[in-house]
Amino acid sequence: MKVWKYGDNIDTDMLFPGKYVYTISKSEEIKPHLLEDLDPLFSKNVKEGDIIFAGKNFGCGSSREQPVVGLKAVGIKAVVAESFARIFYRSAINQGFILIECPDAVDAYSEGSEVKIDFENGKISIGNKIFSFPKLPKEILEIRNAGGLLEYTHSKLKNKHKK
Amino acid sequence: MDMTFAEKILAKYAKLKGVTPGQIVTVKPDHLLTHDNTAAIIQKIKPDLEQYGIYSKSLPIIALDHVIPAASEKTAANHKTIRDFVKKYQIENFFDIGNGVCHQLVIEKGLALPGKLILGSDSHTCSYGAIGAFSSGIDRTEAASILLTGETWLKVPKSIKINLNGKLKLGVLAKDVILHIIGDISSSGADYCSVEHHGDLDQFSIDDRFVITNMGVEMGAKNSVFFVDNITKKYLASIGVSSSSYESIYPDENALYIKKLNYNLLEIVPVVSCPHTVDNVKPVSDVAGLEIQQCLIGTCTNGRFSDLKVAAGILKGKKINKNVRLLILPASKDVLENALKAGIIEILVRAGGTLLPPGCGPCLGAHQGVLAPGERCLSTSNRNFKGRMGCNEAEIYLASPATVAASCLYGKITDPREVMK
Repeated sequence: MKVWKYGDNIDTDMLFPGKYVYTISKSEEIKPHLLEDLDPLFSKNVKEGDIIFAGKNFGCGSSREQPVVGLKAVGIKAVVAESFARIFYRSAINQGFILIECPDAVDAYSEGSEVKIDFENGKISIGNKIFSFPKLPKEILEIRNAGGLLEYTHSKLKNKHKK
Repeated sequence: MDMTFAEKILAKYAKLKGVTPGQIVTVKPDHLLTHDNTAAIIQKIKPDLEQYGIYSKSLPIIALDHVIPAASEKTAANHKTIRDFVKKYQIENFFDIGNGVCHQLVIEKGLALPGKLILGSDSHTCSYGAIGAFSSGIDRTEAASILLTGETWLKVPKSIKINLNGKLKLGVLAKDVILHIIGDISSSGADYCSVEHHGDLDQFSIDDRFVITNMGVEMGAKNSVFFVDNITKKYLASIGVSSSSYESIYPDENALYIKKLNYNLLEIVPVVSCPHTVDNVKPVSDVAGLEIQQCLIGTCTNGRFSDLKVAAGILKGKKINKNVRLLILPASKDVLENALKAGIIEILVRAGGTLLPPGCGPCLGAHQGVLAPGERCLSTSNRNFKGRMGCNEAEIYLASPATVAASCLYGKITDPREVMK
């Protein structure tokens, strides 16, 4: 497992360039362009189970879901950041992708630190230090537990029309 | 319990007496805005669409604006998919290419009204606070879900109160005000928050307010709002909206804010946002003399009549520097028509400007003015992210239409006060 470390204000153009937004939306086509203008090595070397650590306001900028779709598709286990921009945060919920807002964990991390995440209990350990992160509210967990928003909506519609 | 604007409007839409920040509420928005991304949105929900249809044909607002006219077979096919969808489901509010940028159309056509709730799969949906609506950006997947169900969840935001006091000096525009604020509080300074504007607001036209609310997302805001006053009422009357068709919502006197920010407008000077973050804001004088190769006046931030008029005032009877390209991008067909009638387009084109069709133009980096490596662009748009205009080795600086117009005369970043004396 590798940790990819980035700074503040990683914007949606760095995560997935705008020039591809209206021609690429499938995850297989997104993968090679992920983080293209930020870190050209990322898409070549990222592996299933890797984690991203970042600073403040990760995902700021456009309403662009290719970054979340792509990060999930390449197997990023979670993004741990000091904070996230709100559209990106909602987008992650909608795709069933995990974001962890935990400034203390980001602060404690240095290259080579061992990182363990316990999603169930909202704990992240960096080396021998353990930090808590807030759990999602019940209403939102329902969306994630359904596998994402479209799956959640589909079952809601199905139930409604059964009645 | 006294409530902020966001608390009041979300309580209204959640059918609750009161709400508090952090509370999750279910709401049914009045409209759902989507644009060229509608093709990808409907693709996601094809089986459900066929089985259950859309929630209502008056809910969606669809505008083709991002890559128009189509730049490739793929974008052309997307546009066709959207037109077919609009016909099949008899979507009431559809704007085909050439009508303008979606956000401008939503305001201009009276689709966003005071007290209404609008969500859209574009980050600049936050613009409609300019006329007292609550509006916010969401992603494509959520837009797809709302298209089917008509509802979604929202977290009640904390609120920030911004007091704008005093009077702006000549050569300082609304764009300078919002860039100054973002430079002050940073690109994440209003993350998840509702931003309310208070103070000496008579000097801000609807166009000016639109600039300020449009850029709310550039400081992380969920929504950004100006409250209904005589300027709002006059504007709405001018586009044929009667006062009985909307409800003005105002915050209570003792509402709770997490931050109160005071700005003395008299002290604000023309500023430029430097690469590659919007909050990297400096006075124009700090970067004056920097050579530029492309200038863009337009977009959903600064492509309105008053913006083009300011630029024409500076460029009338003059020629732009031979080393610079000037792109003119009206925000809508109505803006273009009015600017044509007023002789503004003639002035801008004679000065050396290239007129683009009303839409998003080169702002998103897909066409119509992509930059080359090593080039520098001075633009009235809202983002200067690395790679934003299609090239990651180019630089984008953001400024007001006055600063951009003054700068293209010299081919260098120029303080607009030098030519507006």
